[in-house]
Amino acid sequence: MDLTYSAADEAFRAEARAWLREHVPERPPPSLETAEGFAAHRAWEAELSAARWSVVDWPARYGGRDASLVRWLLFEEEYYAAGAPGRVGQNGVSLLAPTLFAHGTEEQRARVLPPMGTGEVVWAQAWSEPEAGSDLAALRSKAVRVSGGWLLSGQKTWSSRAAFADRAFGLFRCDPDAERPHLGLVYVMFGLRAPGVTVRPIARLDGRPAFAELFLDEVFVPDDDVIGEPGEGWRIAMAATGNERGLMLRSPGRFLASAGRLHRLWRARGEPESARARVADALIGARAYQLFACAAVSRLADGGSIGPESSLNKVFWSEYDIALHETALDLLGAEGEAADTEWAERYVFALAGPLYAGTNEIQRDIIAERLLGLPKGRRG
Amino acid sequence: MRFLFDAEQRAFIGSLDKMLTTADTPAVVRAWSRGEHAAGRALWSRLADAGVWALAVPESRGGLGPRPVELAVAFVELGRHAVPGPLVETVTAAVLLAGLPETGPAGRLVPALQAGEALATVAWDAPYALDGDVAGVRLALTGEGLFLSPGHGPVRRSLDPARRLTSLAPGGRLLASGPPPARALLHARLCTAAQALGVGEALLAQAVGHVRRRTQFGVPVGSFQAVKHRLADARIGLEFARPLVFGAALTLDPADVAAAKVAAGEAAYATARAALQAHGAIGYTAECDLSLWLTKARALLGAWGDPDTCRTEVLRGAGLR
Repeated sequence: MDLTYSAADEAFRAEARAWLREHVPERPPPSLETAEGFAAHRAWEAELSAARWSVVDWPARYGGRDASLVRWLLFEEEYYAAGAPGRVGQNGVSLLAPTLFAHGTEEQRARVLPPMGTGEVVWAQAWSEPEAGSDLAALRSKAVRVSGGWLLSGQKTWSSRAAFADRAFGLFRCDPDAERPHLGLVYVMFGLRAPGVTVRPIARLDGRPAFAELFLDEVFVPDDDVIGEPGEGWRIAMAATGNERGLMLRSPGRFLASAGRLHRLWRARGEPESARARVADALIGARAYQLFACAAVSRLADGGSIGPESSLNKVFWSEYDIALHETALDLLGAEGEAADTEWAERYVFALAGPLYAGTNEIQRDIIAERLLGLPKGRRG
Repeated sequence: MRFLFDAEQRAFIGSLDKMLTTADTPAVVRAWSRGEHAAGRALWSRLADAGVWALAVPESRGGLGPRPVELAVAFVELGRHAVPGPLVETVTAAVLLAGLPETGPAGRLVPALQAGEALATVAWDAPYALDGDVAGVRLALTGEGLFLSPGHGPVRRSLDPARRLTSLAPGGRLLASGPPPARALLHARLCTAAQALGVGEALLAQAVGHVRRRTQFGVPVGSFQAVKHRLADARIGLEFARPLVFGAALTLDPADVAAAKVAAGEAAYATARAALQAHGAIGYTAECDLSLWLTKARALLGAWGDPDTCRTEVLRGAGLR
């Protein structure tokens, strides 16, 4: 067991820190859930990408640095410690890119990944439907075979970033007669401005259009934009949600930085006794999450994989994030009500954590059934 | 960075687990609680043979240590099997005594502890010393220094019947003056955290076993979501305490050790509550072996740094960065 980093890894960290110190904007850009903020965040991605810091763990030929997961952890620590902006391309980078690496063709990777890495093309997700939330396999939107591709029709919802994004990826039913609902799905990529697509932004709690409904009416998708074999969509998508819940969606660096900010806020407010235990718990939780990730990265480096353990991670970070921001708002007292503090938007964002990427109820079922070995209940 | 056990550590875990599984520890614990120490002392010797006590003694004094990671590994197993006795105290005494000149009493006491011939207890900022009636080495830390206590008071019952609380007689030989070395308290706290983690893992395993077997309304009670989710939460708490315990063993940073103590102590206690609820009334009986772990989870929460004390240490550490 060893928690020290090699000299080469420390040099990588130092290089990232030096670049970020030079380039992170002094004033944070406007909220990325606004048109103006979205554009500013996209420009920031271009700046990161020009110095090859936007997707460090990708191969160099797609714009990355071939960085190991250890270096990715170090980069993320430096990124959030520097107070750098949120990542507008995260849906694509954390979900679609791993899917392309595992199941895409070389032609797809060469075409899709570079503009994703620069922020030129921002991706939204198209999973949930009005009648398919936690029970995602009940989805009804269909893909009908035509010459050279597929026609997509139906309705998707809760599509994060879709109000301003360029393209989307998701699952559609290509074989309505398949034996089980999980079979007969196809994984496709499509343009949000393609003929037949209507995007209706949805205002989240604070009124900002953080997600959208998508209406699709015979939207043509060429065969080149299908990932893997039609009928294999569920298996392909689930491999990536394991990744999403596992490591990449919320890096430890993010929570280490948040816990540090909370600790400084507590001290600036005169170290009130009422929040003392909760501030300590934020520091403890960030350290636990960091070390948990170190263990996961070590397992992966040893040839292991992240399976249902990722559900532990997802419940932990999503509930941790809310508790941390609630503590911050409590420390702010009456000012905590104001929507224009640096804490307020992060609080609203954190509230969604237990709902998306598989609700925490679904995650607890997975933990109980697959990790503890308890019998399946009425669900499934 | 490689935050995983190596093959030797995995083998050590496996051999301890196997030895303790065959030792019928519930019977040993029940005898110990009645003040019958023979079986416990025999187990103590076998732990010495496995090298557990030597891990706290530096190589320069004939031991295998200092090996805090292996100590943490061992204490998870000791907790998992509810091994009774002044386990943490014996390690703490070994660390304290190994820092003293060999020409004094430490020269004879350290080898006795390492060989499992003597058990030790330590009174340090607590109203009691654990198992002072069976410990051959009784250390008392006061404002003046470290004393070898000449005797002990009557046994006071603990919420955990296997923990026999005693006062130590004042006076005795002064072994060292001034404050004790910080590493002694860090070892005590780390080992308690690891022991609590093992206690929590044993409680969860027993709760899972019970709800798989027990049926009501014609189905296993473990198929009900209310039961599943409470046990899932217990698993989450333990899984995130575990890296803190081994991270603290690697750094021996006071804030890391304190964080591990808070997380492991509270996760084990939350698991105890979940396990009791999952068992229903049978879990509330002294007859059910679950009680041996249930009561220990509560006792360890306050031992060697209660959560509030440890949270203060975490905040102090963060203030230094």
